[in-house]
Amino acid sequence: MSDNVSTVELEDASAQDKGAATGSLWSDARKQLFRSPVFVVALLIVLVVISWAAFPSLWTNTSPEHCVLMENRQPPGNGHIFGTTVLGCDMYTHVIYGARPSIVIAVLVTGATALVGGGLGILSGYYGGWTDTIISRLTDVVLGLPFILGALVFLALLQQQNIWTVMFVLIVLGWTSMMRIVRGTVIALRDQDFVEAARAMGAKNSWIIFKHILPNALSPIIVLSTLYVGTYVAAEATLTFLGVGLQPPAISWGILIAEGQGLAVSGLPHLLVFPSVALILTVLSFIMLGDSLRDALDPRGR
Amino acid sequence: MSTSAETMTMGDPDRAATRRKDPLAGLGFDESAPLLQVRDLQVEFHTREGVAHAVNGVDFEVHAGQTLGILGESGCGKSVTSQAIMGILDVPPAKIAGGQVILQGVDLLKLPESSRRQVRGNRIGMVFQDALSSLNPVFSVGWQLAEQFRMHWGYSKGDAKKEAARLLDLVGIPDAKNRVDDFPHQFSGGMRQRVMIAMALALDPVLLIADEPTTALDVTVQAQIMRLLEEMQQERNMGLILITHDMGVVADVADQICVMYAGKVVERADVVSIYDAPAHPYTKALLESIPRVDMKGTKLASIEGLPPNLTKLPPGCSFHPRCGYAKDVCRVDEPPLYEVAPGRRSACHFYEEVLSS
Repeated sequence: MSDNVSTVELEDASAQDKGAATGSLWSDARKQLFRSPVFVVALLIVLVVISWAAFPSLWTNTSPEHCVLMENRQPPGNGHIFGTTVLGCDMYTHVIYGARPSIVIAVLVTGATALVGGGLGILSGYYGGWTDTIISRLTDVVLGLPFILGALVFLALLQQQNIWTVMFVLIVLGWTSMMRIVRGTVIALRDQDFVEAARAMGAKNSWIIFKHILPNALSPIIVLSTLYVGTYVAAEATLTFLGVGLQPPAISWGILIAEGQGLAVSGLPHLLVFPSVALILTVLSFIMLGDSLRDALDPRGR
Repeated sequence: MSTSAETMTMGDPDRAATRRKDPLAGLGFDESAPLLQVRDLQVEFHTREGVAHAVNGVDFEVHAGQTLGILGESGCGKSVTSQAIMGILDVPPAKIAGGQVILQGVDLLKLPESSRRQVRGNRIGMVFQDALSSLNPVFSVGWQLAEQFRMHWGYSKGDAKKEAARLLDLVGIPDAKNRVDDFPHQFSGGMRQRVMIAMALALDPVLLIADEPTTALDVTVQAQIMRLLEEMQQERNMGLILITHDMGVVADVADQICVMYAGKVVERADVVSIYDAPAHPYTKALLESIPRVDMKGTKLASIEGLPPNLTKLPPGCSFHPRCGYAKDVCRVDEPPLYEVAPGRRSACHFYEEVLSS
């Protein structure tokens, strides 16, 4: 008897501890994540890059506009650890300051496409019928536009080109494959027995969507999103290279890579290498983050 | 010690008192009315090949504390019937073409969807065949049990979880308090089915529908699950509809048996008389096809042919192409449910001949 009583009390206490969290899925996931070195390293890199984007002045005292023509085209070393550009600006400072537009575009556009594509995918997959027909046909139309050509035409039509117009165009053209993948996942989930069981318990559609469909559809959304982060940085770079993206004197990794491409072959490889390495590391870290997050959120993998 | 004793009793609160206002009050549920009456239920599926008549005029009743076994082979409409009672058919392609499902005096088919949803879980619980796929893999079983208290009764997460642990304990899961946080894949098949039963019983339904609850389990576990269902039913004086194709499973538990064939009830009787002397050739053939120890070495009796295509039901009695008793009249006239004896019905023109053989 007394044993029973004490276990009851203990259990009550531990239930309070966890706040009786969402099946303690997140707390378990957190524990597992911080045990994985890949996740920790990836998280550190992402945090550093985000701090470049948010507070570039913490990382360098030089202003990106401080350029000395006398010191142009210098290789790394000699006061400029990443060397200098053709105009004599400090390359390290440019890489730091270039993070902001690239990261902002990549993260916001990824979030927006996940939201738009994921939301429409869930709606069309779950409800089917007319909803599905309309959303799917709309997706087909957008998917039919070639990405670069579509973006070029859109941006050329707009009066001005800046970070917001680039983001807008990337979102408008980018949500389709997310919608397709999510729709397929949801169609498979909708016919699962546990969804029927939830209905048999009197669950509303909104409850089923948020509590049963969405958590199970999360892993494709996360994986695809992390892959998109890299794609969007590259897309921004491409549009900038084509002259319809960010306009100089703005600095972004896309602009730096675009400028560096020509100069790398003419004996100045550092102008291409440093922004590219920053980009590759960032993209890789986002993918690693997504990968470990997906593994941690799947209780069957434990 | 005295405070701990209080926590004990609080862990098992008077649930009717803590329950929120009954959302089904005012719909006219009358607890003195018969528990469930299904009248002339018809369900159709509109497919490309035509209209499939999955359920064609099914009638039966279930009373409180009584178990009705619905027997039949795959595709005879038994699961569709249960889904129609629950109101979880996919509409379209399914369509309820007629009939009534009267629960405690209220025709469920006439209720708006929002009230229908409240009936599910609160009044009628359902146990599914495959417990693993019927549980959401990404949530702990405790979360899934607690879900209903939060959804229907507005419990806080903490209270709902305590209730979940209590329910798991009730259905005989050892160490329930620690297992609430486990995920479905961490349970064995029998334990998972117990979790399913706990989920179906959570909101004290008056009727429980078990759709092939033991098909996915091995024989010893089957017996345990059936015993648990029986216990729960007697404790709560619930009505129980047991859907199965296994005549052995229903024999011990059911009070009444409905045998279905091609979307119709072909025989309805109490369990003793139906096993003693079936009054329909299909029931008789089903009983003969159960393997028996004393018949070892002889060829097992089987029913020749296939169940009819539901889009093209044969004229007359649906069973006549496979029936040894079939005569010309069976190919033309559809037999009504003849009253064979008081409370006993058979849809066969030659029930007397079947009974006496």
